[in-house]
Amino acid sequence: MGTTASQLGKDLLSEYQELTFLTKQEILLAHKRFTELLTKDEKDLPNTRVPVERILTLPELKSNPFRKRICHVFSTSEYKDGSLTFEDFLDLLSAFSDSATMEIKSHYAFRIFDFDDDGTLDCGDLEKLVNCLTGETDDTRLTTEEMRQLISNILEESDIDKDGTVNLSEFQHVISRSPDFVSSFKIVL
Amino acid sequence: KGRRKRTRRDQDDKGRKRDEEVQAKIKSGKSAKTRKHIKYEKKRKMEEKLEVEEGEGEERHAKRKRKHGSANKEERDEDGRKRTVKEKAQGVKRKKHKKVQRHLTHLLCHSSEPSEEEDNDEEDNEEVEVRPESLSSEELEKLKEAVDERKKLIQVLRGKPWPMKKKCVTLWILKKESQEFVEKYEGALGKGKGRKLYAYKVMMTKKWMKFQRDFENFKTACIPWEMKIKEIESHFGSSVASYFIFLRWMYGINMILFCLTFGLVMVPEALMGRPYGTIPRKTVPRAEATSAMDFAVLWDFGGYAQYSVLFYGYYNNQRAIGWLKFRMPLSYFLVGVGTVAYSYMVVIRTMARNANESGVGDDNSFNFNWKMFTSWDYLIGNPETADNKFASITTSFKEAILEEQESRKDDNIHLTRFLRVLANFLVLCCLAGSGYLIYFVVRRSQKFALDGLENHSWWERNEVNMVMSLLGMFCPMLFDVISALENYHPRVALQWQLGRIFALFLGNLYTFIIALMDEINLKREEEKIIKFNITTWEASLYNGTVSENSTAPPVTIQPADVPRGPCWETMVGQEFVRLIISDTMTTYITLLIGDFLRAVLVRFLNYCWCWDLEAGFPSYSEFDVSGNVLGLIFNQGMIWMGAFYAPCLPALNILRLHVSMYLQCWAVMCCNVPQERVFKASGSNNFYMAMLLVILFLSTLPAIYTIVTIPPSFDCGPFSGKQHMFDVIQETLELDFPAWFGKVFSYASNPGLVLPFILLMVLAIYYLQSTSKSYKEANVELKKKLQTVTQISFSPLALM
Repeated sequence: MGTTASQLGKDLLSEYQELTFLTKQEILLAHKRFTELLTKDEKDLPNTRVPVERILTLPELKSNPFRKRICHVFSTSEYKDGSLTFEDFLDLLSAFSDSATMEIKSHYAFRIFDFDDDGTLDCGDLEKLVNCLTGETDDTRLTTEEMRQLISNILEESDIDKDGTVNLSEFQHVISRSPDFVSSFKIVL
Repeated sequence: KGRRKRTRRDQDDKGRKRDEEVQAKIKSGKSAKTRKHIKYEKKRKMEEKLEVEEGEGEERHAKRKRKHGSANKEERDEDGRKRTVKEKAQGVKRKKHKKVQRHLTHLLCHSSEPSEEEDNDEEDNEEVEVRPESLSSEELEKLKEAVDERKKLIQVLRGKPWPMKKKCVTLWILKKESQEFVEKYEGALGKGKGRKLYAYKVMMTKKWMKFQRDFENFKTACIPWEMKIKEIESHFGSSVASYFIFLRWMYGINMILFCLTFGLVMVPEALMGRPYGTIPRKTVPRAEATSAMDFAVLWDFGGYAQYSVLFYGYYNNQRAIGWLKFRMPLSYFLVGVGTVAYSYMVVIRTMARNANESGVGDDNSFNFNWKMFTSWDYLIGNPETADNKFASITTSFKEAILEEQESRKDDNIHLTRFLRVLANFLVLCCLAGSGYLIYFVVRRSQKFALDGLENHSWWERNEVNMVMSLLGMFCPMLFDVISALENYHPRVALQWQLGRIFALFLGNLYTFIIALMDEINLKREEEKIIKFNITTWEASLYNGTVSENSTAPPVTIQPADVPRGPCWETMVGQEFVRLIISDTMTTYITLLIGDFLRAVLVRFLNYCWCWDLEAGFPSYSEFDVSGNVLGLIFNQGMIWMGAFYAPCLPALNILRLHVSMYLQCWAVMCCNVPQERVFKASGSNNFYMAMLLVILFLSTLPAIYTIVTIPPSFDCGPFSGKQHMFDVIQETLELDFPAWFGKVFSYASNPGLVLPFILLMVLAIYYLQSTSKSYKEANVELKKKLQTVTQISFSPLALM
């Protein structure tokens, strides 16, 4: 099941085509970009895991405010350190691809926004989310008053069961109504 | 063997336990899942009837123990994975593992509620062993259905949010099983009718799937300019890229129109029609012959360019040409109608598709949530764009919060209302002024034409086109300034701006057409005079020769010498072609000067200028998405209007779009900076489509009017000699089709039939409109109910 040196086997390729939303060219391009991230000795090992710092050098992820969360969510490493194998990388690209369904995108979006991995978006998660979106510098951040107002507006709109958190189905309910979600939740190599 | 079975069940266990955990944390409605549950329940019960398991009791007991056991999950994970790898490497050749595959089906379909009781049920029923040969035909059918179900499961696999390893294992298991399943029952399945047929069908389905996949890959590879657009997307976000995607789509439509006009109109006439110079309409008149090859004349589409397949006037009215007996006039007419029909179909189909994708229309109830969750554009790969995006998101948050608070306040309404009325009044004045200016200029150009074009300067000759292009450039800026008075929300202001520019272009276009109609009438008057002159001229020719002999020898006259009628259709075609060319030139020149030159100046003068040019006044320009889209739409409108009279227009447009794509891609990457207020593209998508549809309708109106009311010229074009252009249809029906066809057609076009049909369509539209309204209302009601019900049901819990 691992990827060997520089070529993807034909049956692996067709298997990946069946299991992801990517086309053959996209999988080959992903393989090429992934092997560029490997060092010389790593290239010969099958199933190498690339540490998160190297993944974040990819230009598609470098400017993304959620890059660390994305790596964390798609990583299957036992140490939860965000490192990705090639198959994790393919999973990532498949979920972010053009032809992925709304369900899979919203599922992964929920997991990305869930900063504390507890299965719901509570005030802490939402606050971190807003801070990610408004940039790193102080002058672009919102004041505490604005933040409180924003979070209460959000919960008022989407929290149907009024438990102070947004769970997966509430999230999916909101997202499925959005016209922009599918087109903006896209990463292409 | 036993260990392998156990490890596979471990895998399932692990998967199920993980699912369980996630489920436990999610308190969600299970309605969709329950429905699927029921369906697959039924299927499983069916499968149970056909069970083929041997005694695996001891295995099952061991499994149950492990399920309830408290083995370390982490260890099992690790072990499971290692063993799975080994398993795959070795390859298992078991033929009877229905249980496992049912667990998998279970997993795939529900991914929840691993009801232990059901498992136990299944396991208990497996003692029965059934021999394949003893299955009845209906059970065979069920078998076949089961095989198909497996195939569908494989397809569902890619939509599951599982890590790749789990998907790989599941896929491998499913495939192995369906293969062994078919192998085992091949005898039984084949015993029925057509064993070879079944195997053949399976193979063909597999090949078909592979072919479909390869075709999809090929199609994606064929899409032109994909890399360019992706690069632009990563630098500028999705709204700028949407313009280029729109451009590409237009290119596709124009390509089809070009193929139609080129292949069915231009090529047949060029290849099979009479060559240049044989008949009067195909020859440059003697008077113009000296200047026919001049570049200036050719640029103006006169001379040899005018007397060629590019324009209407060249076409001969011979009913059938060449050895194929190609019906040229019929083809010309049908291609004209076909281009319009195709365009309508494509635009409406795209609109419908966009409407479906964009969800339940314009819902403002999730404003803040959408800003939070969907405002980031994941395609952005450029740090500068990302910074801009951060800034714009912050601004939009602050604005939204402020708006929320201010919507409770009531600001000075009267002042705003007065200002808005004033702004609209100013805009109307602008529009009226520009309309009058165009009319004035067109009348002047007619005067110039009467004087003879050589006496006037270049400006005076091209006045009309230049004025229209300049108006199109400067008025939008004026509207922008005026809209500062209005103080609208940016998105609303953008829509007003687009609406006004639309009105401006429309006004200009229609004034142009009205002026053109005046010219057409002039030409028709001229035609009458020339017709009269020709009869006298011909009479004089014959008079001269008849004096020699009783039988007049046929007088041979050079085609170039025959007096020619003023072909108004060619004139119309020429005007449109000239307009398009000047419009294109203006766009490109504005691009080069406005964007490129400006960027060069800012970059290089910045070193020696008093204030910071890059941050201050001129700075780099932003890409004006809406202006460019409107320009594109209007150009397309002009193509649709003129394509009937100048078959070369689609070809010209293809060239234009091709060049535009490359030029604008380069200009955007080189001279523009990402926009400060980054607007989402998708909301406007249907808006642009709607405008395109309106333009399509409005631009086909004049063409249809001229076709129906004005009789064609007597000596040029494929319809010369007829009373109306559409008489060609009548003629074809009479001569080419059997008699009964003509009768049927005449019944069908009877007003007695047509009017009730129109009435029926109106009623259908009304009915559909009212049902859609009632569905929308039902939707709103359900939403309200959902809110109140969940509030009621959860409030006691909250109290507890």
